[in-house]
Amino acid sequence: MAFNFAAFTYIVALIGDAFLIFFAIFHVIAFDELKTDYKNPIDQCNSLNPLVLPEYLLHIFLNLLFLLCGEWFSLCINIPLIAYHIWRYKNRPIMTGAGLYDPTTVLSTDNLTKNMREGWIKLAIYLISFFYYIYGMVYALIST
Amino acid sequence: MKMSGYANTNYGPPPMGQTNLVNGLPATQQQQQTAQGVAGAPPPPFSANPQQQIQQQQQQILQQKQPQQQQILSQPVPTLQSNMSKFLPPTSNSASSAALNGPTRPPSTTAQAPASNLPPHMRPPGMNGPPGAMPLTNGGGGSGDLSTNSSRTASPSLAQQAQFGGYNTKPPLSHAPSGNVTASNPQYSSASAAALSGSMQNLSINRTNGAAPANMPPPTNMQQQRQPSITPNQTQQQQTPFPSNYQANFRTNAMNAPTPLSTQPPVSQANVPPPHSTAAYAGGKPLQPPTPYTNTSFSQTAPTQTLNATAGAQPPTSQPPASSAAMFGTSRSQPILANAPPSAHPQPPQAATLANANYAPSTAVGAMQSPLPPTSAAATALQQNQLNNNTQQQTSTLRKPMYPSGPPPTLATTPQQQPQQPYAPVYQPQPGLFNGQPNTAPLQYQSQPYMQQPPPVQQQQFPQPQQQHHQQQQQQQNFPIPSGGAYNQQMSVTQAGFSRLWGQDTIDLMQNRHILSPATVTPPRIVLNNQFHESINCNPNIMRSTIAKIPESNALLQKSRLPLGILIHPFRDINSLPVIQCPNIVRCRLCRTYINPFVYFVDSKMWKCNLCYRVNELPEDFQYDPATKTYGDVMRRPEVRSSTIEFIAPSEYMLRPPQPAIYLFLFDVSIIAQQSGYLENICATLSKHLDDMPGDARTQIGFIAYNSHVHFYSMAEGYNQPHELTLLDIDDPFLPRPDNLLVNLKECKELVKDLLTQLPKRFADTHDPGSALGSALQVAYKLMQASGGRVTVFQTCLPNKGPGSLEPREDPNNRSAKDVAHLNPATDFYKRFALECSGYQIAVDLFLLNQQYSDMATISGISKYSGGCVHHFPLYQKTKPQIVDSVRQCFKRYLVRKIGFEAVMRIRCTRGLQVHTFHGNFFVRSTDLLSLPNVNPDAGYGMQISYEESLSEAKTVCFQAALLYTNSEGERRIRVHTMCLPVTGSLPEVMHAADTEAIIGLLSKMAVDRSLTSNVADAREAFINATVDIFNAFKIAQNLPSGQSGQLIAPRSLALMPLYISALLKHPAFRVGTSTRLDDRVYAMDCMKTLPLDQLMKFIYPEFYLIDALFYPNANALEDEEEEDLPDLPRLQLSAEFLDSRSIFLLDCGNLIIIYVGLNVPVNVLEGVFGVKATAELPDYLYGLPNVTSPANDILKRFILRLNDDKPYPPMVQVIRDTSTAKPQFIEKLVDDRSESSLSYYEFLQHIRTQVK
Repeated sequence: MAFNFAAFTYIVALIGDAFLIFFAIFHVIAFDELKTDYKNPIDQCNSLNPLVLPEYLLHIFLNLLFLLCGEWFSLCINIPLIAYHIWRYKNRPIMTGAGLYDPTTVLSTDNLTKNMREGWIKLAIYLISFFYYIYGMVYALIST
Repeated sequence: MKMSGYANTNYGPPPMGQTNLVNGLPATQQQQQTAQGVAGAPPPPFSANPQQQIQQQQQQILQQKQPQQQQILSQPVPTLQSNMSKFLPPTSNSASSAALNGPTRPPSTTAQAPASNLPPHMRPPGMNGPPGAMPLTNGGGGSGDLSTNSSRTASPSLAQQAQFGGYNTKPPLSHAPSGNVTASNPQYSSASAAALSGSMQNLSINRTNGAAPANMPPPTNMQQQRQPSITPNQTQQQQTPFPSNYQANFRTNAMNAPTPLSTQPPVSQANVPPPHSTAAYAGGKPLQPPTPYTNTSFSQTAPTQTLNATAGAQPPTSQPPASSAAMFGTSRSQPILANAPPSAHPQPPQAATLANANYAPSTAVGAMQSPLPPTSAAATALQQNQLNNNTQQQTSTLRKPMYPSGPPPTLATTPQQQPQQPYAPVYQPQPGLFNGQPNTAPLQYQSQPYMQQPPPVQQQQFPQPQQQHHQQQQQQQNFPIPSGGAYNQQMSVTQAGFSRLWGQDTIDLMQNRHILSPATVTPPRIVLNNQFHESINCNPNIMRSTIAKIPESNALLQKSRLPLGILIHPFRDINSLPVIQCPNIVRCRLCRTYINPFVYFVDSKMWKCNLCYRVNELPEDFQYDPATKTYGDVMRRPEVRSSTIEFIAPSEYMLRPPQPAIYLFLFDVSIIAQQSGYLENICATLSKHLDDMPGDARTQIGFIAYNSHVHFYSMAEGYNQPHELTLLDIDDPFLPRPDNLLVNLKECKELVKDLLTQLPKRFADTHDPGSALGSALQVAYKLMQASGGRVTVFQTCLPNKGPGSLEPREDPNNRSAKDVAHLNPATDFYKRFALECSGYQIAVDLFLLNQQYSDMATISGISKYSGGCVHHFPLYQKTKPQIVDSVRQCFKRYLVRKIGFEAVMRIRCTRGLQVHTFHGNFFVRSTDLLSLPNVNPDAGYGMQISYEESLSEAKTVCFQAALLYTNSEGERRIRVHTMCLPVTGSLPEVMHAADTEAIIGLLSKMAVDRSLTSNVADAREAFINATVDIFNAFKIAQNLPSGQSGQLIAPRSLALMPLYISALLKHPAFRVGTSTRLDDRVYAMDCMKTLPLDQLMKFIYPEFYLIDALFYPNANALEDEEEEDLPDLPRLQLSAEFLDSRSIFLLDCGNLIIIYVGLNVPVNVLEGVFGVKATAELPDYLYGLPNVTSPANDILKRFILRLNDDKPYPPMVQVIRDTSTAKPQFIEKLVDDRSESSLSYYEFLQHIRTQVK
């Protein structure tokens, strides 16, 4: 029972993951609002776009911590998502500001469904990893 | 126009029988009564509704009235109304009323059968037969019912069922057979339904009082022709049950179909209700036009000459579409034609089509059978000509054997015939022959590409003695309704002919290289069943679906591999648009759909929305008819009668007071702009048309010029001349003064004109290379922010100063590279700007008059997302009069055309469908709402449709586009278009209902998207894959043997698809390997996205005519006719094989008309048209037609005028002589030929064939 760096990492990861879950939920809600006409796509994109990079950076930051403390398994399960984020951001539409969503294309059905699906999948991933981080934290706390 | 026959015949019984009776009579019956009333004597008030009369004359809106017209013309029957009411059923007897209603139609349908406008697929088999001759007593009930319901879904049982439930009668197909059986033998089946007997009674009534246009005892010669052919089959027929004798029956009837037509003048069938018509015709008979036709159809010898003779003898009428009909209708038909409303005309041409079709098969079939291998590009028309001639002389026995599994032989006629016609003048330059050909023969094909033509088998049967009517009718009734593909598989001769009648014929593209029918292909007719029979669908020019029958599920759509979508042209200039003002606009409370002709009236107080199926209440005042100012039938309301309507919106539809018209012009005055000298032209045009710009007294106007700085022009009332204010700080632009930059046009007109004269000279001496477009736009935005309006930008070079400045990206050496780069914008500055504008109801239109690369891909963002339009005139120079002129024309149209401000358009569709993707210039504000700060009449939009759920519950699917806008007078208006399409569950039906042009329109839009998101190579591949997929799907649908067969079987509806796809692959937008400037390519792509379909088709596949026929007045027999008679020229495919040195050709590309003059054109023609003695005297570059006063020049001008009818502005005319250095410009347009980097059409076909498994 010791409070080591790994345990600290998992605690941070837990907190960070809680934020990520909120991001994902917000994402899903936002696209649902778009779908049901509650919001103007310009406003919606303006509110979504600033959150994209923080989410990605937070996620990468957590994995940096995993890397530093040598939690390879935790790192591995997150690598696909990091790769997806990088790919996604590289292929974003041409825009000056940060963000991913272009108000002119965000409403096309393909885009909407794709983004909705992405939101749900990410939410699931974050939730699962949340429980895994709890386990990892406890494990790290009691293992020594 | 095409719908007329259909409208005429289909007095469908209201589905609910009693329930939607209003005033004690079903609405349809009321209509009929009205019709009769009109015929009788005093027209009831509402039939005299002037508005409707106008509509009718204009477009197809409201064609229900047509029958009335005809009756008026043909037979005033005073006793009619009482008689009618006798057989109009009492409301209680709804079952018989359904049946009763039927019979009123059948006669008319049958009467018209040969000439019928019914699209082939809705034509009941009974109509194949000797249509006119069917005695009513016998055939009326059965075939009548068949024909009434027509389409597949038709059957008497359906009509009867209608009483049980409005929407959920069984799937139509299931009815078909049973309906047929009952209907087919009314006489023989003792157990014929009461409804049927009722109907027969009804018929006899009809017959006596002539209430319905039943063509009764046909002219004798008709009968003679028709009867003989029956003999072989008669006995067989009477005894055997229908499946076995079906083929035989069919054969004879199919054979016969055209005969009556050929003998009987079309008009009689189309326009004159027959009971009296016999008498009426008695006078006409002496003319005996039939004889020549019969000769042609039977003997098959020298068809052309005969045709010429007749054509020459008969004066064509003034209506271009009807002219051919008139020719065949002979002179007696003309008074009728003249009186009839224009919408009544379409019938005659088709009649003529049939008549003439007789001669066609012989030649073509012969050609088919002779071993004519489709030689690749080298197969010249000459060869075919000879082949045709040879085969013509073969005996008819030769014609009998057909391709057992191949395409129906007559199919070959159209394409094979074509090359012949254009060449006729070449080989036989006598004017008579020359004229007759292009005038008559090709036209018929054009007017009905799907038209039934007689299968050339069994022609020998004709010269046989006359027979009784009964048997013949029986034959007709025996035909079962085919269930699509099942019959096509067998492909015997009779079935081939049979499927042709339904428009379900197939065609082997490999055998028919000349596939383009001689005129614009008509969109497939939308056939609705029972209850909406008479509802008028939206004009196909305004709204068009890629498939005229919607597949019932996504799975079925995927099987067909067709793209599903609609193309709309919502703000199209319409001549007569019903505009109504009412305090409350009736809309569905759930989905906000506007009431439309396709809603279902539960009773006089309730209506059921056709999009979401909610039952809504009708407001009290809806029964008030604003036109006649009386209360009564809801069916009289214009909302319910017209599927295109405009409401004047009450104040609920305004978020703010309607804005005034505000126009702001931004002029690039950099050194490049000064060199091009565009400003002079634009200012002069603007100054000239200041008064013509739409707007009321509040109209405001402003001007901004920009180079490295932004120059404002302040014009206030007190000023003697405009004041210029220059803004130097372009990085942080602001408005130099709050007022007087936008001024009231009326008050400051003198100042404005003054400014416009000074402006071109003002910057002539500055040599500023900068162009601060971004800053100018930003100040324009600030200027317009308060009210919204239109910003017009003239740009001549790459914006290189201030915000939004761009770098040249195009590599000129790489213009023909395989992968095209830089199709996407370099920055999103312009897009973001456009979105901001869109929020403030500002639209930005761009005129790009560039000398060099100006990054259209980036700049055009300002228009794309703000609902603007883009015009591109590359290499503009004031020294090039042709471009100057076309800019002037274009700009003039731009200034004076209608404009709608602060518009939104919402597309609603029936539950189960949703709009997937939008194409066009707008901003999508929500899933079905387009924000259009400005809407203009030249903008088209496309929508891809996808499924949310299966449609198997629905019988019809509706699309409604509602455009809410403020017109230039500050009035808020809503323009609503509604289109209703039937739903089908059969794959072959879906395939046969495809609309090639719309598909091409949608595919091109999708390909542009693909090019932008992926690359051009992908888009090109997608084109080819789409084609291959569709043909594969068709092969599966038809159960054709898989594997390579050397054939490429296409449904008639999709026969032109490879042609257009091959043209698209060579289009500047998508071609690779040919040097194409990036800006030109981007502009072409932009056009694909925004042009309305009719213009887009010209843009993709220009119309190509041999216009020699215009210059031989004798043969046209135009002497004492009005000036407006122009021969209908056949369209040629875009191949150099048609070129001839003795002829003149015209190529209509939409925004450019090229006249190509051969080297050896006869001197008299040259002198007449161009005023020169030899072709060589024409200059290399000649723009515009020389002003020569001669009939030839005049008629050519009128021809061009007619071509320009539907165009926004008259395009430039360029004359290119054979040896001109400009010839490559012309040759480039001949996209069917191979070029160094692309396949010819035939090679492309071969490629497709190898891909189709």
